[in-house]
Amino acid sequence: MTNTFNQVTDSIKNASTWQQKYREIMLLGKTLPLLPDELKIDDALVPGCESKVWMFVEFDLTENALVVIGDSDTRIVKGLLALILALYNGLTPEQVIKVDAYEEFEKLGLISHLSPSRGNGVKAIVEKIKIMAQQKTL
Amino acid sequence: MPALEFDINKIRSDFPTLNQTVNNQPLVYLDSGATTQKPQCVIDTTVDFYTTKNANVHRGRHFLSENATLLYEDVRTQTADYFGVQSKEIVWTKGATESINLIANGIKNQIKTGDTIIITPVEHHANIVPWQVLAQQAGAKLAIMPLNEDGTFNITRCCEFIEKNKPKLIAITHASNALGNITDLSPLITCAKATGSLVLIDGAQSSMHLRPNLKALNCDFYVFSAHKMLGPTGLGGLYGRYELLNSLTPYQTGGEMIQTVTMTHSTYRDAPAKFESGTPNIAGVLGFGAALNYLTQLNYDEIIKHEQNIFKYAAEKLKKIDGITVYSDLNNNIGTLCFNYKDEHPYDLATLLDGYGVAIRAGHHCTQPLMAHLGLNGTLRASFAFYNNCDDVDKFINALRECIALLD
Repeated sequence: MTNTFNQVTDSIKNASTWQQKYREIMLLGKTLPLLPDELKIDDALVPGCESKVWMFVEFDLTENALVVIGDSDTRIVKGLLALILALYNGLTPEQVIKVDAYEEFEKLGLISHLSPSRGNGVKAIVEKIKIMAQQKTL
Repeated sequence: MPALEFDINKIRSDFPTLNQTVNNQPLVYLDSGATTQKPQCVIDTTVDFYTTKNANVHRGRHFLSENATLLYEDVRTQTADYFGVQSKEIVWTKGATESINLIANGIKNQIKTGDTIIITPVEHHANIVPWQVLAQQAGAKLAIMPLNEDGTFNITRCCEFIEKNKPKLIAITHASNALGNITDLSPLITCAKATGSLVLIDGAQSSMHLRPNLKALNCDFYVFSAHKMLGPTGLGGLYGRYELLNSLTPYQTGGEMIQTVTMTHSTYRDAPAKFESGTPNIAGVLGFGAALNYLTQLNYDEIIKHEQNIFKYAAEKLKKIDGITVYSDLNNNIGTLCFNYKDEHPYDLATLLDGYGVAIRAGHHCTQPLMAHLGLNGTLRASFAFYNNCDDVDKFINALRECIALLD
């Protein structure tokens, strides 16, 4: 887990109401750099249902680290995406495999967002990152 | 039986699901367009079947099987009475989607190359895709009914379109699942009949709210889902004008639907049996019988009056919120509010509303062509039923205002 992740989750952990927690998540989404429209291509869509998530998972050879960028057309999913990016960006493939997003989301009281019925693709975001990491450790 | 007096508190107490908290808030269920809640009598009937009555139907010569068969066939009669048709014109399926697939497959032999099938842009995907497949397989053409910019039909234009295209079949919804708009079917059916077209009505949304008499409506097919009319999930059915119904080829084959079977050839029974191969959803059918009993014991006029009052009350309050756009036709509606707030994604608002215990739908509602027609990616949809009350509306509107404040 990265230091960035601990920094960004403090505000969520400290939220006194569920409304405040969502507000922090949405604010976090706003901190993500905008993905240029020309990168919002169908090939980059993460299979979700009601929300669109575009994501690129790359591997930086010199740093031996995963580089993930992404965007979403919804505020909440974008915030959750920012959380996941903070969790995994810059880690080595070996580290990525060890970090359990479910555990972290559980601690933040956000586990329901990873449930399959949400249809928001957040689960698929994590899976896409994990698959990339697994391929790099083969 | 005389109709019972309409008492909303009594009615709400009949639906155990409504009386609970979600996310520590009293549940406000505004997703009846997706599925209705079930009264206790439906739940009890299903449990009672498995507890004391369970047996297969139409086979055993023993007490339990004969009893189950009687009860099962009674519900077919009850359903036929509800829709004003004959028992043998009702076929059980697993839902409206399967009903349309059964008809589209069964009628394939009667559709020739170059024939036209009319569908409309407001249809649920279930009333689009089976016709696309049929058209492809039979070499038929699909013609798309004209639709006004706001998602309503101009009946005169539609009739002209029917006369011009002389279709073999028209598949059209009685009420839009996304908008709740009611289709003015009578003139369309008259016009279709005059040009010799068959008419299939998607009644998934109308079967409970509008209680249509299908003989009076004069359609050829009508499909419905039990779970959208207080019944169990996994059950639906279809009405087919008998001779026409019996002329369809079976969509699934197997036991129960045959007359005789040799190793090389089989003959089928007449409709409805020939469409009901395999062991049916017996518990579902009996539960649906209880649902119809419950519905028909309520005074229909009072139910509709209440539903419309709640709907209008909600629509008025919703329209007063700055930035809200309502897409539903408010004058002609089964009780569905389709709307957006500014250009906010419906997913965000529905997620936040859930925090307030408010259950509404967000997305394209399985109507992507309609969304494209309206120039939208998706909407929020609050769909009401007679068990909703003014308190539900107030909680919904207050929650929506707070959610909007969270976004702004």
